[in-house]
Amino acid sequence: MIRKKKSQVFNAEGVSLTLGSDATATDGGKRDFLKIVLGGGLVAWIATLMYPLFSYLNPPRQTEVEVSSVKVGPLNDIPRDSGMIVRFGNKPVLLVRTADDQLRAFSAVCTHLDCTVQYKSDLGMIWCACHNGRYDLNGRNVSGPPPRPLEVYRVVMQGDDVHITAAA
Amino acid sequence: MTTKLRAWFDERIPLQDLKEFLAKKHVPLHRGSVWYYFGGVSLFLFIVQVITGILLLLYYKGSEQLAWESIQFIMSKVQFGWLVRSIHTWAANLFVLAVFIHMFSVFFERAYRRPRELTWLTGMVLLFLALGFGFSGYLLPWNELAFFATKVGTDIAGVLPVIGKPLMVFLRGGEEVTGATLSRFFGFHVAVFPGLFTVILSIHLILVQRQGMSEPLGHDTRPNRRVMPFFPNFLLRDLLLWLIVLNILAILAVLFPSELGKKADAFAPAPEGIRPEWYFLFMFQTLKYFPAQVLFMDGEVLGILLFGIAGLLWMLVPFWDRKSSRGEANRWVNYVGLFVVIYILVFTVLGWLP
Repeated sequence: MIRKKKSQVFNAEGVSLTLGSDATATDGGKRDFLKIVLGGGLVAWIATLMYPLFSYLNPPRQTEVEVSSVKVGPLNDIPRDSGMIVRFGNKPVLLVRTADDQLRAFSAVCTHLDCTVQYKSDLGMIWCACHNGRYDLNGRNVSGPPPRPLEVYRVVMQGDDVHITAAA
Repeated sequence: MTTKLRAWFDERIPLQDLKEFLAKKHVPLHRGSVWYYFGGVSLFLFIVQVITGILLLLYYKGSEQLAWESIQFIMSKVQFGWLVRSIHTWAANLFVLAVFIHMFSVFFERAYRRPRELTWLTGMVLLFLALGFGFSGYLLPWNELAFFATKVGTDIAGVLPVIGKPLMVFLRGGEEVTGATLSRFFGFHVAVFPGLFTVILSIHLILVQRQGMSEPLGHDTRPNRRVMPFFPNFLLRDLLLWLIVLNILAILAVLFPSELGKKADAFAPAPEGIRPEWYFLFMFQTLKYFPAQVLFMDGEVLGILLFGIAGLLWMLVPFWDRKSSRGEANRWVNYVGLFVVIYILVFTVLGWLP
């Protein structure tokens, strides 16, 4: 019983010099080696499981057609003092025809929390219904929570037709 | 016959243990005993949700093209479809309400104190899952309100530092709220959350059974104090209350059936009066008051971080309220609890007003 215990102590400490035995030295080395192989193997195995799992959860990038310009339609179809949402690729763009007959276009995505803004003729402003954010007709955030101005788009007339292009 | 049957089962699964356990199970009687019922009511409403949810699954189609139309079909064509959907919506609201009442009663009675920290923690996880159920289920009709509420909700997740953006893309299934978001939310709502909820609820209930009902601080703990046998006295009262809740549900569903609204359109401006479900209103309303910039941070980031920290502190109450665990009175817990209740009430009402 005592002898067994002793040998265990020796083994556990890996004190090969005291014993002067080559066999114990190899034992300790073997154990470390096994620890590295098994431990490393376990880590590698978990990684092999997790990598495809996390890659799967990450949605693939959809290739979008780059849109640089869209045709809205004839100017006469847009009443004064009104706004409309135009599809610009997969983004909404707000086209405003102001009361003094100017055309302005902005990204319709509120810079606060991603809602879609609208032109409010009674305020003469661009307004977001979600958190009462307001922008002036230059797209500047003037009141409420929006932290940044709206992204500006260019409006171009080609004959009678209104076109919107991304600002260069 | 029944004796034989019982003997047959008893030989295979020792039912005698269960009988003895039930016979020994007692519910303590004191001024706060009425709060014991709200855990049971929450459980009942969860069961209602599972049943009505499965019924809705028979007709619901979780895709951008068909979701709104399939709910319209349920509401107008399927016999009693309006009833099943309305009960599902109302039970969801009452479920969150019952869970909140349950949580606050546990908080004020200090029932989270040692040795019930794990019951409190699992309960909090169940509350977050309940809110997750509500948030994911809200999108499924794919109507305008749901669409913009989800845009805002997921964008809020996106403003968190470091993990925000990947989390938002994970939730939305892309950069924008699209049909991909609907598919994911549908999956969370009918598979991921119910699975997690069932496992954690089991742990929660096992803990309650193993530890017995918590009794208020300073309450008489002598063995001959006033108690009520759980079986059948308390259970029958439980069942009676469940029946009353079912009736309330039926009345609400019939008098105020769920609406469907307009189908979501990514190219329409956000409608007026957009607001999340009532249980998110106090947070939504708070964010409205934050200025765009506070020092070097976006106002909303600060707001969300503050809510995160407050939620974490709330969840860790058994660990910072050491006094209650030692059996001493701690008035601070009452102040904190009252502040939170009043805050939630005031901001919910403010958010509710037009």
